[in-house]
Amino acid sequence: MSAPAIEVRGLRHRYGELDVLMGVDLEVARGSIVALLGSNGAGKTTLVRILSTLLTADAGSVTVEGHDVATAPMAVRQAISLTGQFAAVDEILTGRENLGLVARLRRHPDPGGVADALLSRFGLAEAASRRVGTYSGGMRRRLDVAMSLIGAPSVVFLDEPTTGLDPEARREVWAAVRALADAGTTVLLTTQTLDEAEHLADRIAILHQGRIIVDGTLAELKALIPAPTVELIEKQPSLEEVFLAVVGARPRKEHP
Amino acid sequence: MTAVADTAILTGRSLRHIPRSPDTIITTVLMPIAFLLLFVYVLGGAIDAGAEPYATYLLPGILVITIASSVSYTAFRLFMDLQGGIFERFHSMPIARPAVLWAHVLTSLVATLVSLAVVVLAALAMGFRSSAGPVAWLAVAGVLAFLTLALTWLAILPGLTATSVEGASAFAYPLILLPFVSSAFVPTDTMPGPVRWFAENQPVTAVVDSVRALLAGEPVGTDLGAALAWIAGILAVAYVLAKAAYRRRIG
Repeated sequence: MSAPAIEVRGLRHRYGELDVLMGVDLEVARGSIVALLGSNGAGKTTLVRILSTLLTADAGSVTVEGHDVATAPMAVRQAISLTGQFAAVDEILTGRENLGLVARLRRHPDPGGVADALLSRFGLAEAASRRVGTYSGGMRRRLDVAMSLIGAPSVVFLDEPTTGLDPEARREVWAAVRALADAGTTVLLTTQTLDEAEHLADRIAILHQGRIIVDGTLAELKALIPAPTVELIEKQPSLEEVFLAVVGARPRKEHP
Repeated sequence: MTAVADTAILTGRSLRHIPRSPDTIITTVLMPIAFLLLFVYVLGGAIDAGAEPYATYLLPGILVITIASSVSYTAFRLFMDLQGGIFERFHSMPIARPAVLWAHVLTSLVATLVSLAVVVLAALAMGFRSSAGPVAWLAVAGVLAFLTLALTWLAILPGLTATSVEGASAFAYPLILLPFVSSAFVPTDTMPGPVRWFAENQPVTAVVDSVRALLAGEPVGTDLGAALAWIAGILAVAYVLAKAAYRRRIG
């Protein structure tokens, strides 16, 4: 078995008096999708910021693709890509210019080509030469994720990638994440919504009160609760299913 | 060399913002030009500033105000980057981190020099005349660029630490008012004692007097040395504070 893509050992971090991470251990296998689940303020973002070299931990060790985040941050940044909680896009530039900017910073040999390819892959080709300030929330998010894929990073961090998106846009982001993992990219995503973890992740880790309290596959997690009792009830469609049935059949329009 | 290339790419990015938000350029040059109009055509007749046209006397101080108003947009642009999350994206990428701030500094220099040129042209239309040769004009450009650099690093500080858009650009107000208590609008010898002492010993007077002498083709005397010392001092302090604020900001 190959070394894990992400290895976290005894990670601690505090903000002033507030202990946020109190000994986090986590391994993420190469090419897998791991969902980090936790309530608001559980420390998910703190953990992602440490993994992506934006924050220095107080104690513990983190390696990403075998590089220590504390001693070799540049090698880590070469291997990773971060999509933060707020769409990190330049609103005054166009979608195409945003992608070209990241491509040039990553020294991609063909910035224009990679920008066009990603624009059509994420359904943004029509909006390519519009300023991002005019995009809808879902379009911004898709552009944000597209920007993270330039340079083919082997590890992608997604911090609450679908927060604030409508169900359709959420499914589009999910499809993009799944395509990434199919291509061999390791994905660590944080989420507050259980069905997102259920839909996407190979493994689910629950961060609670500063520690990973559970880490396993969905089946393993389900085995932790007592065997269900059998009841016969009529399955009502959820509002989400109704919404998607009503609007989902039509092709998505580009305009906000 | 990657740091230079990264800085060039990021500077290209923020320079693109300027023609696309023309309001920033207009606001930057509008206030200095309004001051020019007000002082040349309304108040100037009552001010005795010597033999030369009042616009000629006035211009150096107006240029200082132009720089102060222009760098407030540097603070604004940096603040917006921090708000949006694109700052964190850059920091999680394999690029030279100092390039992120230097791109804002270079953008500020370019934008301010364009604004200064526009204000000089407006002053020419209002009667400003200079007998200075190319060397003196170069020296003027050098002093103003040096001042812009220092005030830009001063603007980086609120850009990094402000909690609101208003806060990010409010620091420029004292900078815009400082020229009023200097030799920029009236000769200092008309002011009462303590005010006169302050006016004669503050940086704007040193900068204004040396730029005025250069534009008039007169010897600059000790003013230029004092001006450069003030600017170097402001730059050193602002740079150290900005770097400290940057380190706190990125944790």
